[in-house]
Amino acid sequence: MTPETARRVNLAGAAITTFTVFCAIVWAFPIYWGIVSSLKPEDEVVRPYIELWPDTLTFQHYWFALTQTQIGTWYINSIATAVGVTILTVSTSMFAGYAISQLRFPFRKPLYWLILASFMVPTQVLIVNHFVLMANMGLLNTWAGIILPQLIHPVVIIVYKQFFDQVPKDFREAAVMDNASEFSILLKVYMPMNWGVTTALSIVTFIWSWNAFLWPFLAVTKTEMMTITVGITQVNDAFGVYYARQLSAAVLAGFPVALAYLLFQRRVTQAITLSAGIKG
Amino acid sequence: MIRNTRKETLVAFVLIAPFVAIYGLIFIYPTIDMFILSFQDAPLIGEGTWVGWENYTRLPRDRRFDTAFWNTAYFVALSVVPGTLVALFIALGISRLSGRLQALVLALFFLPYILPVSVVYRIWDWTLNFQFGIGMHLFDWMGIDRVPIFKMTGWFMPAVAFVTVWWTAGFSILLFLAGLRAIPQEIYEASSLDNASRWTTFTKITWPLLWPVTALVLTIQLILQLKIFDQVYLFSVGGRPNDNLVMVYYIFQRAFVNNDGGRAAAIAVVLFVIVIIVSVLNFQLMRFAERRP
Repeated sequence: MTPETARRVNLAGAAITTFTVFCAIVWAFPIYWGIVSSLKPEDEVVRPYIELWPDTLTFQHYWFALTQTQIGTWYINSIATAVGVTILTVSTSMFAGYAISQLRFPFRKPLYWLILASFMVPTQVLIVNHFVLMANMGLLNTWAGIILPQLIHPVVIIVYKQFFDQVPKDFREAAVMDNASEFSILLKVYMPMNWGVTTALSIVTFIWSWNAFLWPFLAVTKTEMMTITVGITQVNDAFGVYYARQLSAAVLAGFPVALAYLLFQRRVTQAITLSAGIKG
Repeated sequence: MIRNTRKETLVAFVLIAPFVAIYGLIFIYPTIDMFILSFQDAPLIGEGTWVGWENYTRLPRDRRFDTAFWNTAYFVALSVVPGTLVALFIALGISRLSGRLQALVLALFFLPYILPVSVVYRIWDWTLNFQFGIGMHLFDWMGIDRVPIFKMTGWFMPAVAFVTVWWTAGFSILLFLAGLRAIPQEIYEASSLDNASRWTTFTKITWPLLWPVTALVLTIQLILQLKIFDQVYLFSVGGRPNDNLVMVYYIFQRAFVNNDGGRAAAIAVVLFVIVIIVSVLNFQLMRFAERRP
C-alpha cells in the first residue's frame, strides 16, 4: 500500500467509526427522550420546541406513580411471577436436560423429538385453550395462572442438554465408581460446573417473563393482579392523558430489566447467543 | 462400565417427571384441545356442538380473516428482511470498534430489545405523537405534513414494522457479531495484503462466510414476526383495530371479544399450520445452505 492509499483507507475507517457512533446515539435517543420527558413538568413537556434537558427538573410524576397508582402492587406481581417462571423453568429444564443427556431410559428419543418439535409450535396459538384450561382450574387472576402457561421454553432444555453432552465422560465414571447416587452426581459434580450457564439462562428467562405481555394480559382482569408490563397500558384513567406521568410509569416498568441487562451484560449476551444455537 | 439399568430408568423418570407433567398440562393437552375445539360451535367457556369443518369453510369468505392474513404477510415483508439488513450493517459497524467504545455502542443498540413491549409502545407513541412528538419535527423539517401515524391505515403497518425493527434488532446484532467473530482474522490479513478494497472484502469474504448466520437470523425473525400481536394491539388502541388485524389479533378478537371459541380455534389451527410449514421449509433450506461449500 502506498502512504497515499493508506491514509485514504484510514480516513474512510474513521468516517465509518464516527458514523456508527452517531447512529448508536440516534438509535438510543427515543429512550433518552422518554426519560427526559418524564422529568419535566407537564406544561414543559408539551412545548412546541425541542429542549434536550428540563428547565425545571422534577420527580413529581414518579412520586405520583409510586403513591397514587397501583404500581407497587404491579411490581410485586411482576417480581413474583417472573421469579416463579424462572425457578420452575430453569430447574425442570436442568433435570430433564441432564436425564436426556446422561441417562438411558425408555422413550428417551421420542421425548427429545417432542422437545425439538415444540420449538416450532407458537404458544400464541394456544391462548384460547390456555384460557379455558386456567379458567377451569380456577387460576385466572392468580399468580399461578400467570406463571403456568409461560413455562414452555424448550430452548432452555436444549442448551442444558448440549452443555451436559460436552462434559467429559470421566467425571461421571469416576463418580459412579465412588458409588455416588445419580442425584448427588447431578448436584455435586454437574451443577457446580454449569453455574455460568444457569446464571445466564436465569437472567434471560427472568427478562422474558418480566416482558411477557399477551398471556398476562389475558389471564388477569383485576387491576390489582396485573403485572407491571400489562398494568401501565391498561389503567389509563389513573394516569389521564398526562404524557409525563405515562412516561414515568413506563420508565419504572423498564428500569428493572434495563438494570439487569447493564449489570449482567456478558451473561445476557452469552445466553442469547446460546439460545440461538451459536456457541457464545 | 456396568450400568444398573433399572435404577437408571427410575432416576431418569423422577428427573423428567416435573417437566413431563408441565408439558402435558400446558402444551400437549391444549394443542389437542385446540384441534377439537376448532370443529365445534362453542363459546369461550362452556359446552359446544359439533359442526365439522364449518369453522374452516367460513374462513375464505370472512373479510376480517382476509385482512388479518394479508396484514400478517405485509408485516412480515416489512420487518424481516429490512430488520435483518439493518442488524447486519450495525453489526459490521460495531465489529470495527474495540474495548469500552464497542461495549458502549453495542449497549446503546441492544437496550431496546431488553425493554417490555409496553415501554416500547409508550416511548414511540410519545416520540411520534401527532401534536407534541419530537419525531414530528423531523416531518416538518422534511416538509411532510404531520399525520397521526397510528390512526392512519396506510401508515400503521410500516410504522409498527419500523418500531419492531428498532425493538428487536439487538437480538440479530448479537448473532451477527458472534458470526463475525468466528471468521478467522488471517483471512482478512491475507486480503489486505492483496490490496482488496473494503467492498470486495465484504462481498467475497464476509458475506459468504456470514451466510449461515444470516439464514438463522432470517428464520428466527420470520417465525417471530408471523406471531406478532403485542405491538399491533397496543398501537391500535384508540385507532382502527379492524383495519390493523393480524392473525393472533384476530384469534384474540374472535375468542375474547366475540366469545366465539370454536372459530377462534380454527384460526389458531391455520396459523399453527402456517408456522409449522414455514419452520420445516426453513429447516430444509438451512440444511441445504450448510451443505454448500
